[in-house]
Amino acid sequence: MKRLMSGNAAVGEAAILSGCTCYFGYPITPQNELTEYMAKRMPESGGIFIQAESEIAAINMVLGASVAGARAMTSSSSPGISLKQEGISYLAADELPAVIVNMVRGGPGMGNISPAQSDYMQATRGGGHGDYKTIVLAPSSVQELADIVPVAFDLADMYRNPVIILGDGMLGQMMEPVEFEHIKKTKDYPKDYILTGAENRPSRMVRSLLFDTKEEEEHNWKLFRKFQRIENNEIRYETYLVEDAELVVIAYGIAARIAKGAIKRLRQESIKAGLLRPITLWPFPYKQIRELAKTINDFFVFEMSTGQMVEDVKLSLEGRGHISFYGRPGGVIPTPIEIARIISRHYYKSQKVRKS
Amino acid sequence: MLIKTIFSGFGGQGVLSMGYTLANTAMHEGKYVTYLPSYGVEVRGGTANCTVVISDEEIASPVASEPEFVVAMNQLSFVRFQSILQSGGLLLVNSSLVNTSSARGDIEIISVPTSELAEKLGQIKVANMVMLGAFIKATSIVSFDFLIDHLAEILGEGKSKLIQLNKDALETGYNFIKE
Repeated sequence: MKRLMSGNAAVGEAAILSGCTCYFGYPITPQNELTEYMAKRMPESGGIFIQAESEIAAINMVLGASVAGARAMTSSSSPGISLKQEGISYLAADELPAVIVNMVRGGPGMGNISPAQSDYMQATRGGGHGDYKTIVLAPSSVQELADIVPVAFDLADMYRNPVIILGDGMLGQMMEPVEFEHIKKTKDYPKDYILTGAENRPSRMVRSLLFDTKEEEEHNWKLFRKFQRIENNEIRYETYLVEDAELVVIAYGIAARIAKGAIKRLRQESIKAGLLRPITLWPFPYKQIRELAKTINDFFVFEMSTGQMVEDVKLSLEGRGHISFYGRPGGVIPTPIEIARIISRHYYKSQKVRKS
Repeated sequence: MLIKTIFSGFGGQGVLSMGYTLANTAMHEGKYVTYLPSYGVEVRGGTANCTVVISDEEIASPVASEPEFVVAMNQLSFVRFQSILQSGGLLLVNSSLVNTSSARGDIEIISVPTSELAEKLGQIKVANMVMLGAFIKATSIVSFDFLIDHLAEILGEGKSKLIQLNKDALETGYNFIKE
Protein backbone atom coordinates (compact mmCIF):
# COMPACT_ATOMS: atom_id res chain seq x y z
CA MET A 1 0.00 0.00 0.00
CA LYS A 2 1.22 3.45 -0.85
CA ARG A 3 1.85 6.02 1.85
CA LEU A 4 2.02 9.78 1.43
CA MET A 5 5.34 10.67 3.01
CA SER A 6 8.05 13.31 3.00
CA GLY A 7 11.38 12.36 1.48
CA ASN A 8 13.01 12.70 4.88
CA ALA A 9 10.58 10.27 6.54
CA ALA A 10 10.80 7.89 3.57
CA VAL A 11 14.59 7.65 3.97
CA GLY A 12 14.07 6.79 7.64
CA GLU A 13 11.54 4.04 6.98
CA ALA A 14 13.58 2.61 4.10
CA ALA A 15 16.72 2.59 6.28
CA ILE A 16 14.99 0.61 9.01
CA LEU A 17 13.64 -1.86 6.43
CA SER A 18 17.17 -2.16 5.00
CA GLY A 19 18.51 -3.30 8.34
CA CYS A 20 19.89 -0.02 9.65
CA THR A 21 20.15 -0.48 13.41
CA CYS A 22 22.02 2.68 14.39
CA TYR A 23 21.10 6.26 13.54
CA PHE A 24 22.93 9.28 14.90
CA GLY A 25 21.74 12.75 14.03
CA TYR A 26 21.88 16.42 14.84
CA PRO A 27 19.12 18.82 13.79
CA ILE A 28 19.33 21.07 10.77
CA THR A 29 16.68 22.24 8.30
CA PRO A 30 15.72 20.92 5.73
CA GLN A 31 16.40 17.37 6.99
CA ASN A 32 14.88 17.55 10.49
CA GLU A 33 11.97 15.22 9.69
CA LEU A 34 14.45 12.39 9.17
CA THR A 35 15.91 12.79 12.65
CA GLU A 36 12.37 13.18 14.02
CA TYR A 37 11.22 10.01 12.25
CA MET A 38 14.18 8.02 13.51
CA ALA A 39 13.65 9.28 17.07
CA LYS A 40 10.22 7.64 16.99
CA ARG A 41 10.78 4.57 14.80
CA MET A 42 14.27 3.42 15.80
CA PRO A 43 13.31 2.46 19.38
CA GLU A 44 10.14 0.77 18.04
CA SER A 45 12.18 -1.36 15.66
CA GLY A 46 14.78 -2.25 18.29
CA GLY A 47 17.46 0.01 16.87
CA ILE A 48 19.55 2.75 18.43
CA PHE A 49 18.74 6.43 18.05
CA ILE A 50 21.00 9.08 19.48
CA GLN A 51 20.69 12.81 19.00
CA ALA A 52 24.35 13.67 19.20
CA GLU A 53 25.81 16.85 20.68
CA SER A 54 27.13 17.90 17.27
CA GLU A 55 27.46 16.73 13.68
CA ILE A 56 31.06 15.75 14.36
CA ALA A 57 29.98 13.56 17.26
CA ALA A 58 27.27 11.97 15.11
CA ILE A 59 29.63 10.93 12.31
CA ASN A 60 32.10 9.50 14.83
CA MET A 61 29.28 7.53 16.45
CA VAL A 62 28.59 6.13 12.97
CA LEU A 63 32.26 5.15 12.76
CA GLY A 64 32.05 3.42 16.12
CA ALA A 65 28.87 1.53 15.24
CA SER A 66 30.26 0.53 11.86
CA VAL A 67 33.51 -0.81 13.30
CA ALA A 68 31.36 -2.94 15.61
CA GLY A 69 29.52 -4.37 12.59
CA ALA A 70 26.23 -2.39 12.58
CA ARG A 71 24.50 -0.84 9.60
CA ALA A 72 24.82 2.80 10.62
CA MET A 73 23.56 6.04 9.18
CA THR A 74 23.67 9.77 9.80
CA SER A 75 22.10 12.69 7.99
CA SER A 76 22.43 16.43 7.78
CA SER A 77 22.31 19.34 5.38
CA SER A 78 25.16 21.21 3.72
CA PRO A 79 26.88 23.08 6.62
CA GLY A 80 26.43 20.00 8.82
CA ILE A 81 27.89 17.74 6.13
CA SER A 82 30.97 19.99 5.97
CA LEU A 83 31.45 19.32 9.69
CA LYS A 84 31.22 15.57 9.09
CA GLN A 85 33.98 15.50 6.47
CA GLU A 86 36.74 14.58 8.89
CA GLY A 87 34.77 11.54 9.99
CA ILE A 88 33.96 10.57 6.41
CA SER A 89 37.66 10.69 5.53
CA TYR A 90 38.39 8.38 8.50
CA LEU A 91 35.60 6.00 7.44
CA ALA A 92 37.08 5.84 3.93
CA ALA A 93 40.61 5.33 5.28
CA ASP A 94 39.46 2.63 7.71
CA GLU A 95 37.37 1.03 4.95
CA LEU A 96 34.21 1.13 7.00
CA PRO A 97 30.70 1.07 5.54
CA ALA A 98 28.34 3.95 6.37
CA VAL A 99 25.46 5.81 4.79
CA ILE A 100 25.41 9.60 4.98
CA VAL A 101 22.37 11.57 3.78
CA ASN A 102 22.79 15.17 2.65
CA MET A 103 19.61 17.18 2.00
CA VAL A 104 21.46 20.01 0.32
CA ARG A 105 20.55 23.65 1.00
CA GLY A 106 21.70 26.93 -0.49
CA GLY A 107 25.26 27.93 0.37
CA PRO A 108 28.13 28.66 0.87
CA GLY A 109 28.44 29.31 4.59
CA MET A 110 25.16 29.18 6.47
CA GLY A 111 23.39 29.96 3.20
CA ASN A 112 19.67 29.39 3.48
CA ILE A 113 17.27 26.49 3.88
CA SER A 114 16.05 26.28 0.28
CA PRO A 115 16.87 23.41 -2.08
CA ALA A 116 20.20 23.56 -3.95
CA GLN A 117 22.74 21.34 -5.70
CA SER A 118 25.85 23.19 -4.65
CA ASP A 119 27.50 20.28 -2.79
CA TYR A 120 28.20 18.22 -5.93
CA MET A 121 31.96 18.75 -5.88
CA GLN A 122 32.22 18.13 -2.15
CA ALA A 123 30.29 14.87 -2.49
CA THR A 124 31.95 13.48 -5.62
CA ARG A 125 35.56 14.41 -4.83
CA GLY A 126 35.73 12.75 -1.45
CA GLY A 127 34.92 15.88 0.51
CA GLY A 128 37.47 15.50 3.27
CA HIS A 129 41.25 15.24 3.16
CA GLY A 130 43.19 12.48 1.46
CA ASP A 131 42.98 10.39 -1.69
CA TYR A 132 39.54 8.80 -1.48
CA LYS A 133 36.09 8.71 -3.01
CA THR A 134 32.61 8.27 -1.68
CA ILE A 135 29.89 6.58 -3.73
CA VAL A 136 27.26 9.26 -4.41
CA LEU A 137 23.64 8.40 -5.18
CA ALA A 138 21.27 11.13 -6.42
CA PRO A 139 17.57 10.16 -6.56
CA SER A 140 14.94 12.45 -8.04
CA SER A 141 11.67 11.44 -6.37
CA VAL A 142 10.54 10.36 -2.92
CA GLN A 143 9.99 6.79 -4.17
CA GLU A 144 13.47 6.65 -5.68
CA LEU A 145 14.87 8.10 -2.47
CA ALA A 146 13.33 5.18 -0.57
CA ASP A 147 14.41 2.64 -3.22
CA ILE A 148 18.00 3.83 -3.15
CA VAL A 149 18.47 3.42 0.61
CA PRO A 150 18.93 -0.41 0.55
CA VAL A 151 21.23 0.04 -2.48
CA ALA A 152 23.30 2.52 -0.46
CA PHE A 153 23.66 0.11 2.47
CA ASP A 154 24.55 -2.78 0.14
CA LEU A 155 27.18 -0.76 -1.74
CA ALA A 156 28.63 0.43 1.57
CA ASP A 157 28.94 -3.14 2.84
CA MET A 158 30.07 -4.59 -0.47
CA TYR A 159 32.92 -2.13 -0.94
CA ARG A 160 33.44 -1.21 2.71
CA ASN A 161 33.18 2.48 1.89
CA PRO A 162 31.02 5.45 2.90
CA VAL A 163 28.07 6.11 0.59
CA ILE A 164 26.44 9.53 0.26
CA ILE A 165 22.77 9.95 -0.62
CA LEU A 166 22.66 13.41 -2.16
CA GLY A 167 19.17 14.90 -1.99
CA ASP A 168 18.10 18.48 -1.59
CA GLY A 169 15.73 20.53 0.55
CA MET A 170 12.85 19.91 -1.80
CA LEU A 171 13.24 16.11 -1.95
CA GLY A 172 13.47 16.06 1.83
CA GLN A 173 10.43 18.24 2.45
CA MET A 174 7.99 17.26 -0.28
CA MET A 175 5.52 14.45 0.17
CA GLU A 176 4.78 11.89 -2.51
CA PRO A 177 3.22 8.43 -2.56
CA VAL A 178 5.78 5.78 -1.54
CA GLU A 179 5.64 2.00 -1.66
CA PHE A 180 7.82 0.11 0.85
CA GLU A 181 6.76 -3.48 0.29
CA HIS A 182 9.78 -4.41 -1.83
CA ILE A 183 12.34 -2.73 0.43
CA LYS A 184 14.26 -5.14 2.62
CA LYS A 185 17.71 -6.21 3.70
CA THR A 186 18.79 -8.52 0.89
CA LYS A 187 21.76 -10.30 2.43
CA ASP A 188 24.26 -10.36 5.24
CA TYR A 189 27.76 -9.36 4.29
CA PRO A 190 30.59 -11.28 5.94
CA LYS A 191 32.46 -8.85 8.19
CA ASP A 192 35.87 -10.29 9.02
CA TYR A 193 37.25 -6.93 10.03
CA ILE A 194 34.89 -5.81 12.81
CA LEU A 195 35.91 -5.45 16.44
CA THR A 196 33.81 -7.79 18.53
CA GLY A 197 36.27 -8.90 21.21
CA ALA A 198 39.16 -11.17 20.29
CA GLU A 199 38.11 -14.20 22.30
CA ASN A 200 39.29 -17.39 20.50
CA ARG A 201 40.65 -15.46 17.53
CA PRO A 202 43.69 -13.30 16.77
CA SER A 203 43.20 -9.62 17.56
CA ARG A 204 42.28 -7.15 14.83
CA MET A 205 43.08 -3.52 14.35
CA VAL A 206 41.19 -0.83 12.45
CA ARG A 207 43.20 2.36 12.00
CA SER A 208 44.10 5.04 9.52
CA LEU A 209 47.41 6.08 11.07
CA LEU A 210 50.14 4.58 8.87
CA PHE A 211 53.48 6.19 9.68
CA ASP A 212 55.40 3.96 7.32
CA THR A 213 55.25 5.75 3.96
CA LYS A 214 55.55 2.48 2.06
CA GLU A 215 52.63 1.05 3.97
CA GLU A 216 50.57 4.23 3.43
CA GLU A 217 51.39 4.21 -0.26
CA GLU A 218 50.26 0.61 -0.58
CA HIS A 219 47.07 1.44 1.35
CA ASN A 220 46.36 4.30 -1.06
CA TRP A 221 46.86 2.04 -4.10
CA LYS A 222 44.64 -0.58 -2.52
CA LEU A 223 41.89 2.01 -2.08
CA PHE A 224 42.50 3.21 -5.63
CA ARG A 225 42.00 -0.32 -7.01
CA LYS A 226 38.76 -0.56 -5.07
CA PHE A 227 37.57 2.74 -6.53
CA GLN A 228 38.43 1.42 -10.02
CA ARG A 229 36.27 -1.66 -9.35
CA ILE A 230 33.42 0.63 -8.29
CA GLU A 231 33.86 2.71 -11.46
CA ASN A 232 33.72 -0.47 -13.55
CA ASN A 233 30.67 -1.98 -11.87
CA GLU A 234 28.42 0.54 -10.23
CA ILE A 235 27.49 3.27 -12.71
CA ARG A 236 23.78 3.97 -12.67
CA TYR A 237 21.90 6.40 -14.89
CA GLU A 238 18.59 6.86 -16.66
CA THR A 239 17.89 8.10 -20.17
CA TYR A 240 14.68 9.61 -21.49
CA LEU A 241 13.93 10.06 -25.21
CA VAL A 242 17.60 10.10 -26.27
CA GLU A 243 17.12 7.67 -29.22
CA ASP A 244 16.11 10.34 -31.73
CA ALA A 245 17.35 13.36 -29.79
CA GLU A 246 19.24 16.22 -31.42
CA LEU A 247 19.93 17.78 -28.04
CA VAL A 248 20.53 16.01 -24.74
CA VAL A 249 19.94 17.65 -21.38
CA ILE A 250 22.13 16.36 -18.56
CA ALA A 251 20.76 16.96 -15.07
CA TYR A 252 20.45 15.04 -11.81
CA GLY A 253 18.14 14.88 -8.80
CA ILE A 254 15.29 17.36 -8.58
CA ALA A 255 16.77 19.37 -11.48
CA ALA A 256 16.46 16.32 -13.76
CA ARG A 257 12.83 16.06 -12.88
CA ILE A 258 12.24 19.71 -13.77
CA ALA A 259 14.22 19.15 -16.98
CA LYS A 260 12.03 16.15 -17.82
CA GLY A 261 8.95 18.36 -17.51
CA ALA A 262 10.64 20.87 -19.82
CA ILE A 263 11.48 18.14 -22.36
CA LYS A 264 7.86 16.99 -22.46
CA ARG A 265 6.87 20.53 -23.40
CA LEU A 266 9.65 20.82 -25.99
CA ARG A 267 8.60 17.57 -27.64
CA GLN A 268 5.13 19.04 -28.14
CA GLU A 269 6.83 21.84 -30.05
CA SER A 270 8.70 19.20 -32.12
CA ILE A 271 12.04 20.00 -30.52
CA LYS A 272 13.91 16.71 -30.29
CA ALA A 273 15.33 16.97 -26.79
CA GLY A 274 16.26 14.05 -24.56
CA LEU A 275 17.61 13.58 -21.04
CA LEU A 276 20.47 11.74 -19.42
CA ARG A 277 20.16 11.64 -15.66
CA PRO A 278 23.18 10.33 -13.74
CA ILE A 279 21.95 8.44 -10.66
CA THR A 280 25.46 7.71 -9.41
CA LEU A 281 27.30 11.05 -9.43
CA TRP A 282 30.40 9.14 -8.47
CA PRO A 283 31.10 6.91 -10.30
CA PHE A 284 29.97 9.28 -13.06
CA PRO A 285 28.65 7.91 -16.40
CA TYR A 286 31.57 9.36 -18.41
CA LYS A 287 31.57 6.63 -21.06
CA GLN A 288 27.81 6.69 -21.53
CA ILE A 289 27.85 10.44 -22.19
CA ARG A 290 30.83 10.10 -24.52
CA GLU A 291 28.92 7.39 -26.39
CA LEU A 292 26.01 9.82 -26.96
CA ALA A 293 28.41 12.27 -28.61
CA LYS A 294 28.77 9.85 -31.54
CA THR A 295 25.33 10.90 -32.78
CA ILE A 296 24.54 14.04 -30.79
CA ASN A 297 26.35 17.34 -30.93
CA ASP A 298 24.34 19.47 -28.52
CA PHE A 299 24.53 19.02 -24.76
CA PHE A 300 22.73 21.18 -22.25
CA VAL A 301 23.64 20.93 -18.58
CA PHE A 302 21.19 22.23 -15.99
CA GLU A 303 22.09 22.43 -12.30
CA MET A 304 20.84 24.30 -9.25
CA SER A 305 24.35 25.67 -8.76
CA THR A 306 26.73 27.88 -10.72
CA GLY A 307 28.11 24.82 -12.51
CA GLN A 308 29.74 21.81 -10.89
CA MET A 309 28.60 18.64 -12.68
CA VAL A 310 29.18 20.47 -15.96
CA GLU A 311 32.90 19.86 -15.33
CA ASP A 312 32.28 16.11 -15.34
CA VAL A 313 30.30 16.44 -18.56
CA LYS A 314 33.29 18.24 -20.10
CA LEU A 315 35.57 15.43 -18.91
CA SER A 316 33.16 12.91 -20.45
CA LEU A 317 33.06 14.55 -23.86
CA GLU A 318 36.81 15.23 -24.07
CA GLY A 319 36.25 18.15 -26.41
CA ARG A 320 33.55 16.51 -28.53
CA GLY A 321 30.20 18.21 -29.10
CA HIS A 322 29.03 21.53 -27.78
CA ILE A 323 28.08 22.09 -24.13
CA SER A 324 25.89 24.87 -22.78
CA PHE A 325 25.12 25.42 -19.15
CA TYR A 326 22.22 26.93 -17.23
CA GLY A 327 22.40 27.27 -13.45
CA ARG A 328 20.19 28.62 -10.68
CA PRO A 329 22.15 28.72 -7.40
CA GLY A 330 21.13 29.95 -3.97
CA GLY A 331 17.98 27.93 -3.40
CA VAL A 332 16.00 29.09 -6.45
CA ILE A 333 13.77 26.44 -8.03
CA PRO A 334 13.14 27.21 -11.68
CA THR A 335 9.93 25.97 -13.31
CA PRO A 336 9.74 23.45 -16.17
CA ILE A 337 8.35 26.30 -18.35
CA GLU A 338 11.40 28.45 -17.65
CA ILE A 339 13.80 25.62 -18.48
CA ALA A 340 11.84 24.75 -21.64
CA ARG A 341 12.11 28.35 -22.81
CA ILE A 342 15.86 28.45 -22.24
CA ILE A 343 16.49 25.11 -23.94
CA SER A 344 14.32 26.11 -26.89
CA ARG A 345 16.19 29.40 -27.37
CA HIS A 346 19.46 27.52 -27.25
CA TYR A 347 18.16 24.88 -29.69
CA TYR A 348 17.12 27.37 -32.35
CA LYS A 349 20.39 29.26 -31.99
CA SER A 350 22.43 26.11 -32.58
CA GLN A 351 20.19 25.08 -35.51
CA LYS A 352 20.98 28.43 -37.12
CA VAL A 353 24.71 27.99 -36.56
CA ARG A 354 24.53 24.53 -38.11
CA LYS A 355 22.77 25.81 -41.25
CA SER A 356 25.11 28.75 -41.85
CA MET B 1 -4.62 16.93 -16.26
CA LEU B 2 -2.20 18.82 -14.02
CA ILE B 3 -3.80 20.91 -11.30
CA LYS B 4 -1.84 23.04 -8.83
CA THR B 5 -3.44 24.35 -5.66
CA ILE B 6 -2.05 26.54 -2.89
CA PHE B 7 -3.63 26.37 0.56
CA SER B 8 -2.76 29.34 2.76
CA GLY B 9 -3.66 30.95 6.04
CA PHE B 10 -2.45 31.52 9.64
CA GLY B 11 -0.38 28.87 11.31
CA GLY B 12 -2.95 26.95 13.38
CA GLN B 13 -5.87 27.22 10.94
CA GLY B 14 -5.25 23.70 9.69
CA VAL B 15 -3.99 24.85 6.31
CA LEU B 16 -1.36 22.13 6.00
CA SER B 17 -3.78 19.39 7.00
CA MET B 18 -6.25 20.67 4.39
CA GLY B 19 -3.58 20.22 1.71
CA TYR B 20 -2.43 16.91 3.15
CA THR B 21 -5.99 15.56 3.20
CA LEU B 22 -6.53 16.54 -0.42
CA ALA B 23 -3.18 15.04 -1.48
CA ASN B 24 -3.84 11.85 0.43
CA THR B 25 -7.31 11.52 -1.15
CA ALA B 26 -5.85 11.97 -4.63
CA MET B 27 -3.18 9.35 -3.88
CA HIS B 28 -5.82 6.86 -2.73
CA GLU B 29 -7.68 7.54 -5.96
CA GLY B 30 -4.56 6.43 -7.82
CA LYS B 31 -3.43 9.81 -9.10
CA TYR B 32 0.08 11.23 -9.17
CA VAL B 33 0.45 13.76 -6.41
CA THR B 34 3.01 15.98 -4.68
CA TYR B 35 2.58 17.93 -1.47
CA LEU B 36 5.09 20.64 -0.61
CA PRO B 37 4.76 22.44 2.72
CA SER B 38 6.28 25.88 3.06
CA TYR B 39 9.23 25.67 5.40
CA GLY B 40 10.73 29.12 5.19
CA VAL B 41 11.48 31.35 8.15
CA GLU B 42 7.94 30.85 9.40
CA VAL B 43 6.85 32.35 12.70
CA ARG B 44 4.01 31.52 15.07
CA GLY B 45 0.91 33.42 14.00
CA GLY B 46 2.50 34.06 10.62
CA THR B 47 1.34 32.61 7.34
CA ALA B 48 1.50 28.92 6.57
CA ASN B 49 0.99 27.47 3.12
CA CYS B 50 1.38 24.32 1.11
CA THR B 51 1.21 23.39 -2.54
CA VAL B 52 -0.60 20.31 -3.81
CA VAL B 53 -0.13 19.15 -7.39
CA ILE B 54 -2.46 16.46 -8.73
CA SER B 55 -1.98 14.87 -12.13
CA ASP B 56 -2.71 11.89 -14.36
CA GLU B 57 0.98 11.61 -15.21
CA GLU B 58 4.37 12.01 -13.56
CA ILE B 59 4.76 15.45 -11.93
CA ALA B 60 7.86 17.41 -12.93
CA SER B 61 7.83 20.02 -10.22
CA PRO B 62 6.00 20.27 -6.90
CA VAL B 63 6.23 24.06 -7.06
CA ALA B 64 3.33 26.08 -8.46
CA SER B 65 4.34 29.44 -9.90
CA GLU B 66 0.88 29.93 -11.46
CA PRO B 67 -1.65 27.79 -9.60
CA GLU B 68 -5.12 27.03 -10.96
CA PHE B 69 -6.64 27.23 -7.47
CA VAL B 70 -5.86 29.13 -4.29
CA VAL B 71 -7.49 28.75 -0.89
CA ALA B 72 -6.92 31.78 1.36
CA MET B 73 -7.95 31.46 4.99
CA ASN B 74 -6.76 34.92 6.10
CA GLN B 75 -6.26 38.42 4.69
CA LEU B 76 -2.48 38.21 4.41
CA SER B 77 -2.65 35.02 2.34
CA PHE B 78 -5.39 36.48 0.17
CA VAL B 79 -3.18 39.46 -0.69
CA ARG B 80 -0.08 37.35 -1.18
CA PHE B 81 -1.51 34.56 -3.32
CA GLN B 82 -4.21 36.20 -5.42
CA SER B 83 -1.43 37.88 -7.40
CA ILE B 84 0.10 34.57 -8.56
CA LEU B 85 -3.19 32.86 -9.43
CA GLN B 86 -3.62 32.05 -13.14
CA SER B 87 -5.88 34.37 -15.08
CA GLY B 88 -9.30 32.75 -14.91
CA GLY B 89 -8.23 30.84 -11.80
CA LEU B 90 -10.41 30.13 -8.81
CA LEU B 91 -9.87 31.66 -5.37
CA LEU B 92 -11.74 30.33 -2.38
CA VAL B 93 -11.63 32.73 0.54
CA ASN B 94 -12.58 32.41 4.15
CA SER B 95 -15.06 35.27 4.20
CA SER B 96 -15.22 35.14 8.00
CA LEU B 97 -11.82 36.83 8.01
CA VAL B 98 -11.08 38.06 4.50
CA ASN B 99 -12.20 41.25 2.82
CA THR B 100 -12.10 40.68 -0.95
CA SER B 101 -12.80 44.24 -2.11
CA SER B 102 -9.27 44.49 -3.56
CA ALA B 103 -9.62 41.31 -5.64
CA ARG B 104 -8.36 41.04 -9.22
CA GLY B 105 -11.01 41.28 -11.90
CA ASP B 106 -9.87 38.31 -13.97
CA ILE B 107 -10.35 35.57 -11.38
CA GLU B 108 -13.34 33.79 -9.93
CA ILE B 109 -13.93 34.19 -6.20
CA ILE B 110 -15.99 31.97 -3.94
CA SER B 111 -16.58 33.22 -0.40
CA VAL B 112 -17.12 30.66 2.34
CA PRO B 113 -17.91 31.87 5.88
CA THR B 114 -15.98 28.97 7.41
CA SER B 115 -15.99 30.19 11.02
CA GLU B 116 -19.77 30.64 11.11
CA LEU B 117 -20.38 27.30 9.41
CA ALA B 118 -17.93 25.53 11.73
CA GLU B 119 -19.43 27.15 14.82
CA LYS B 120 -22.82 25.73 13.89
CA LEU B 121 -21.16 22.33 14.22
CA GLY B 122 -19.97 23.41 17.66
CA GLN B 123 -16.27 23.29 16.80
CA ILE B 124 -14.41 26.18 15.19
CA LYS B 125 -11.35 23.95 14.68
CA VAL B 126 -12.99 22.19 11.73
CA ALA B 127 -13.25 25.42 9.70
CA ASN B 128 -10.50 23.97 7.50
CA MET B 129 -12.55 20.87 6.70
CA VAL B 130 -15.58 23.05 5.93
CA MET B 131 -13.39 24.87 3.43
CA LEU B 132 -12.04 21.63 1.98
CA GLY B 133 -15.59 20.36 1.42
CA ALA B 134 -16.45 23.59 -0.39
CA PHE B 135 -13.20 23.39 -2.37
CA ILE B 136 -13.94 19.87 -3.58
CA LYS B 137 -17.48 20.79 -4.61
CA ALA B 138 -16.24 23.83 -6.52
CA THR B 139 -13.32 22.10 -8.26
CA SER B 140 -14.32 18.39 -8.53
CA ILE B 141 -10.58 17.73 -8.31
CA VAL B 142 -11.18 14.52 -6.33
CA SER B 143 -14.32 12.52 -5.68
CA PHE B 144 -16.13 13.78 -2.60
CA ASP B 145 -17.86 10.43 -2.08
CA PHE B 146 -14.50 8.67 -2.21
CA LEU B 147 -13.13 11.00 0.47
CA ILE B 148 -16.15 10.47 2.73
CA ASP B 149 -16.04 6.67 2.24
CA HIS B 150 -12.32 6.47 3.04
CA LEU B 151 -12.14 9.25 5.61
CA ALA B 152 -10.77 7.15 8.47
CA GLU B 153 -7.99 5.82 6.27
CA ILE B 154 -7.19 9.24 4.81
CA LEU B 155 -7.11 11.16 8.10
CA GLY B 156 -5.07 8.45 9.81
CA GLU B 157 -5.10 6.87 13.25
CA GLY B 158 -4.59 10.10 15.20
CA LYS B 159 -7.97 11.45 14.09
CA SER B 160 -10.00 8.26 14.61
CA LYS B 161 -12.20 9.83 17.31
CA LEU B 162 -12.99 12.82 15.15
CA ILE B 163 -14.24 11.09 11.99
CA GLN B 164 -17.89 12.06 12.41
CA LEU B 165 -17.07 15.69 13.18
CA ASN B 166 -14.78 15.94 10.16
CA LYS B 167 -17.39 14.25 7.98
CA ASP B 168 -20.04 16.76 9.12
CA ALA B 169 -17.65 19.64 8.47
CA LEU B 170 -16.77 18.42 4.97
CA GLU B 171 -20.46 17.95 4.14
CA THR B 172 -21.36 21.38 5.52
CA GLY B 173 -18.83 23.00 3.21
CA TYR B 174 -19.75 20.78 0.28
CA ASN B 175 -23.46 21.58 0.61
CA PHE B 176 -22.75 25.29 1.10
CA ILE B 177 -21.67 25.58 -2.54
CA LYS B 178 -24.60 25.69 -4.94
CA GLU B 179 -24.56 23.58 -8.08
